[in-house]
Amino acid sequence: MLLSVAIPILMKVSFPEEVSPQTRMVFDVIENLPDGSNVLLSYDFDPASEGELLPMAQAFTRHCCAKGHKQYYMTLWPLGSPMVDKSLDTIRSEYPDMIYGEDFVKFDYKAGGEVVIRVIGTDLRAMFPLDSSGVSLDELPMTKNIKNLQDMDVIVNVSAGDPGTKQWVQFASTPYSLTTVSGCTGVQAPQMYPYIPEQLAGVLGAIKAAAEYEQAIAEKYPEIASNPSAQEAKRRMGPQLIAHSLMVGLILLGNWIFFVSRKRGEA
Amino acid sequence: MEKPQGSNTLIWSIVFIVGAIMLLISLSTSRTGQVWVTPTHHAFTVTSETNSNGGAVWKSIDPSTATNGDITWTTYAAVPEVELEDKITSNEASLSWPRTIGLWLAAMFTLFILSFLVGDNPAYKFAEAMVVGTSAGYVMVIGIWDVFVPDLLANLFPETIKGWVLPGLSPEPLEGLGYALHLVQYIIPAILIVMLLWNLMPSGGWISRWPIALFIGVTAGFRMIGAIEADLLAQIRAGIVPLWQTTDGVFDFWLSFKYFTITIATLSAMVYFFFSIEHKGFIGKTAKVGIWFMMITFGASFGYTVMGRIALLAARLEFLFGEWLHFIPAS
Amino acid sequence: MKRLVPLTIAIVAGFTLIIAYFFPIAQQWSDNVQEWFKILAVGAMVLGGGNLIKLHLKKVSAKRKGWGYSMVTIVCFFGVLIVGFLKVGTPPNTNYPDYVWSGYYLQEGSGVWWIYLHMIVPLTSMMFAMLAFYVATAAFRAFRAKNIEATLLLVTAGIVLLGRTYAGVWLFDAWLPESMLWLRFDNLTEWIMNAPNTAGNRAIMIGIALGTVATSLRILLGVDRSYLGQD
Repeated sequence: MLLSVAIPILMKVSFPEEVSPQTRMVFDVIENLPDGSNVLLSYDFDPASEGELLPMAQAFTRHCCAKGHKQYYMTLWPLGSPMVDKSLDTIRSEYPDMIYGEDFVKFDYKAGGEVVIRVIGTDLRAMFPLDSSGVSLDELPMTKNIKNLQDMDVIVNVSAGDPGTKQWVQFASTPYSLTTVSGCTGVQAPQMYPYIPEQLAGVLGAIKAAAEYEQAIAEKYPEIASNPSAQEAKRRMGPQLIAHSLMVGLILLGNWIFFVSRKRGEA
Repeated sequence: MEKPQGSNTLIWSIVFIVGAIMLLISLSTSRTGQVWVTPTHHAFTVTSETNSNGGAVWKSIDPSTATNGDITWTTYAAVPEVELEDKITSNEASLSWPRTIGLWLAAMFTLFILSFLVGDNPAYKFAEAMVVGTSAGYVMVIGIWDVFVPDLLANLFPETIKGWVLPGLSPEPLEGLGYALHLVQYIIPAILIVMLLWNLMPSGGWISRWPIALFIGVTAGFRMIGAIEADLLAQIRAGIVPLWQTTDGVFDFWLSFKYFTITIATLSAMVYFFFSIEHKGFIGKTAKVGIWFMMITFGASFGYTVMGRIALLAARLEFLFGEWLHFIPAS
Repeated sequence: MKRLVPLTIAIVAGFTLIIAYFFPIAQQWSDNVQEWFKILAVGAMVLGGGNLIKLHLKKVSAKRKGWGYSMVTIVCFFGVLIVGFLKVGTPPNTNYPDYVWSGYYLQEGSGVWWIYLHMIVPLTSMMFAMLAFYVATAAFRAFRAKNIEATLLLVTAGIVLLGRTYAGVWLFDAWLPESMLWLRFDNLTEWIMNAPNTAGNRAIMIGIALGTVATSLRILLGVDRSYLGQD
């Protein structure tokens, strides 16, 4: 398994990506919003899932920046704050015209999981009186007129577990009929499909969907296509194919040995 | 079945020797394991203005013009690989020893955990002990600075906290009964925290039942509302769809087949979970069909799970080959 | 008293939230309860850390097997706590440079940032990445198509594994006719996720929701008192 992942990485093996209908749904949600819309991005994951989720989180960030959307970042996980910082670093380095407090803002981590979602559903300042840099929300241009979650046009949730997409669906998307899209781990993705399309507008499931999303963004925005940092998920699909083929091969081999042994035993 | 010790040792010896050779090659041909940084100097001088909280307003100035009384400090940012040689040549970048040592430690820790493939060993156990200690400490630090200080202490001692860590705070001016109620509102959770921590004492553990009961009650209330609205009613509503689907007025076979499959699968899987009737005869056969659909569900979940795990491994190997060894461009 | 008061707290807290959902006039009480929950969650983190240290200190003082590793845990824990609490290496907030303690503790270059990037990230992410090896071992050793159910699971897993990579397209592109494109593994995977997977997970979700409601009601009506422990 180690070699099946290491060798494609060293040889920079890559394959073409075709955007699937599910990924296209998520892409269209962000793309069809009027420029400058309010987008809440909640990064509910930690370094353990960074390999799978950070590429799609960064893709969401670049897409929102390309559309000029106002981005409100938060996290429900204690170790999620540095993940948000990576997106803010991307904005600062790749979109230097965007100004903190006018185009993007970060809120600190707050404990409580679904309680946080429930509270900001009615009153944002009850949970976040200050932003991450200690400035009052009433003093920031992009937050002074925001009362609660219902002032957001879209919620983007990148989730690795609990609290995560399920809680956003239960306490934000369903009660307030808010458009929500999710990027989640491979473990969680199949469980989110029942929520589509009424409660979740779309789901990006695992690294494959992240690669497709990067492809969709690259097709629409060629300037992002030429940025190597924006193709991280696509780079990881090379090792994925080899490792998946190995897995299928191992399953077939194991079963072949099992059936041959059973036949010999019967004989 | 006995573990083939001899061939295992041979394989791992070859892996380590090849790895050591690759490391030596990399050290001699590139800036392996080095982190270079560029400094950014900050300087601020006080102005005569005051902000909305009555505090002084400081403005950013050119660091070269800073004088006594001005506040200055330097931050460092890592140089991306593509700019490294240029910045080194022009003397803008310097080798950062803390970050370089940190990078090597990160690589060592990664290899320590990876060594578990050989078998349980002291290096892995050491790394495991570190994971536990650092994660627990880190989560507590976050809890203190992101919740405890701004949400509890800032409400109990607003002026003190404002003068110490949160100068942007604008506490509501409260007096009399309003102030008393506000204090009570935040003294209660402070007392509950003390009661919760009483669990660590050798006796009197029952005292922690009060805050635990609050947790349980709130969670039960929340989960019930969320489960009914989003998982029960909404899912039942989503499951009731016409089985005769049309597109542009024409019967759409594949769409109808999809919804037919979803309906049959959902109903048969729910029959499987209904244990008040014995699973025999028609009910038994329906439950069997339900199991088959759930096996398809679990197979899909397994496929996605594998995808997720491999992505995590790929990310770590990219760190080792990219950021540490410089065999590939760092991501 | 030892059981009656916490029982009352649980019931009142839970019902406050439910009543506030239907009667917005009770929203203020609900907000108070939620605020206490949020602050108490930090107390739970402190309790978790405290328990961890208590456990490992007992191991060290009794010099039980592996006590050296417990020392490592304790040293790391207090090291991170001291660096984090004192905001070692953190410059002030640029909006308030005269307040030395106003800086963001996770800022690039700070002590906590260094610990996070060079210790927590590699340790936790590699710990989880090891699962890839266990999954491969399990696939070879344990996954056997012994009956129809197991066969269905394995066949679906195989289709999804290949369908979610370029192999799902490449294996069929050269020879599959246009009318049979639905058999291509990527399209088949899409259908599996949208139809049988959705249905199976929907059924499980409804079952879990009913179970959650039942359990929550048992707690809120005082029938289930297991969380109160023994007297």
